[in-house]
Amino acid sequence: MLKVNDINVYYGAIHAIKGVSFEVNDGEIVTLIGANGAGKSTILNTVCGLLHSRTGSIEFLDKNLAAVPAHKVVKLGMAHVPEGRRIFQQMTVEENLEMGAYTQARASVDPNLERVYEQFPRLKERRRQVAGTLSGGEQQMLAMGRGLMSNPKLLMLDEPSMGLAPILVEQIFDIVRQLHKAGTTILLVEQNARMALSVADRGYVLETGKIVATGTGDELLHDEAVKKAYLGG
Amino acid sequence: MLIFLNHLINGISLGSVYAIIALGYTMVYGIAKMLNFAHGDVIMVGAYICFFAISSFNLPPAVGILLAILVCTMLGIVIERLAYKPLRQATSLAVLITAIGVSYLLQNGAQLLWTSNIKMFPSFFPGQPVELFGGELKITVASIVTVAVCVVIMLALTWFTGQTKVGKAMRACSEDKGAAQLMGIDVNTTISVTFAIGSALAAVAGVLFCSVYPNLTPTTGSMPGIKAFTAAVFGGIGSIPGALLGGVLLGMIEIFASAYISTQLSNAIVFAVLIIVLLVRPTGLLGKQVREKV
Repeated sequence: MLKVNDINVYYGAIHAIKGVSFEVNDGEIVTLIGANGAGKSTILNTVCGLLHSRTGSIEFLDKNLAAVPAHKVVKLGMAHVPEGRRIFQQMTVEENLEMGAYTQARASVDPNLERVYEQFPRLKERRRQVAGTLSGGEQQMLAMGRGLMSNPKLLMLDEPSMGLAPILVEQIFDIVRQLHKAGTTILLVEQNARMALSVADRGYVLETGKIVATGTGDELLHDEAVKKAYLGG
Repeated sequence: MLIFLNHLINGISLGSVYAIIALGYTMVYGIAKMLNFAHGDVIMVGAYICFFAISSFNLPPAVGILLAILVCTMLGIVIERLAYKPLRQATSLAVLITAIGVSYLLQNGAQLLWTSNIKMFPSFFPGQPVELFGGELKITVASIVTVAVCVVIMLALTWFTGQTKVGKAMRACSEDKGAAQLMGIDVNTTISVTFAIGSALAAVAGVLFCSVYPNLTPTTGSMPGIKAFTAAVFGGIGSIPGALLGGVLLGMIEIFASAYISTQLSNAIVFAVLIIVLLVRPTGLLGKQVREKV
């Protein structure tokens, strides 16, 4: 579904992503793990067109994304739930969700809203509330719900567990599993490597802009080097 | 008492014009995070277009106003596209200086095209002033129309930003352009729409302003422009109700200051009030205290 081939991304003179290639197949959960600053979010931002690679190609559903501006990527079926949630704080919960469906036909907005509210009943209770007043966990749910409003084929989640209490992390990962079961392909970026690898079909380990290991979730969970570096021994 | 009422009405009427101009500043600031100092000169262009349509081509006033709105809307879009869009990634100081440059360009362009001779803007609000208290209190038709137009514009904008898809996209862009793009919102188009709306409002304001102060010159727009900018900051820049509140208060302060204190000092008093407000409330009257959540 998504094929990333040899991308190199720079922030000015800093070479942040060094020749990274990976792919996500239909129906998979694939995770990119790695420490702070390894380049995980940079990769996601490049895939969705907010940043640009100097080399290589990014193909989504067999279409080259090089010439597609960021705001047109959503329409192709890719939703990005960004790091730090980045919900619209001054808009209501429902308005945030409506923005998620910005590229959708008017008629599909209401059924999508219903579906998201079913998935996240908490959001329905707070639909008229200004999003900035939600708790961290609720904001993450809103960010995910907002991403789902565009009926994505590929959902990219950037650090969904960041800053959440353990019980909420469990809840978020439960939702990831449910979404996967319902047929959504997921690209998951996480610092919480153990959690991420336990839900993922496959994983890639990223270190200072390069992929240093890859394998199924289980393989990586039991890999000595990965254990040492990311799973606390 | 009646004199006081008279000043009050004049103040609200003048303030309504400031409010309409301030809306342009505040909307553009809200979304593009820039101060469009050429906004005041768009007012002047609007007034000239209306003036020539009525005086030289003998068109009815309504057509003149529509033409002014049309030309200013296009002017706003062109200015944004040519002068500001290439600077989207530049420092805010570069954008600010460019805006001042565009302002001078418009003033000097107008001088070249239409000379610096004063044109007398026609008064086209017909009919006698409304007389109250046996003729003691006169309210001009222009005042009534100005206030009414301001109220209609405010209601329309509140509806637009609160209920329509494009309006909501505008609010989304003003909060977080990156996230807005992830939603599929075309940020460049949204910014263009904002400039178009702001400039259309500038044309309306230009016509209303000149029908009260009819001396039309290429620098006509700069003073109301600066005062409306002050009003926008006074009310809280980026806030639409703030522009209304700031504009009306500023108009009233100006009229009362020139009526009861000193005509010469009225502008100084207006700006002194701004300084005091900003010392006490740096974000303006209705501005939001921005608290970043980590």
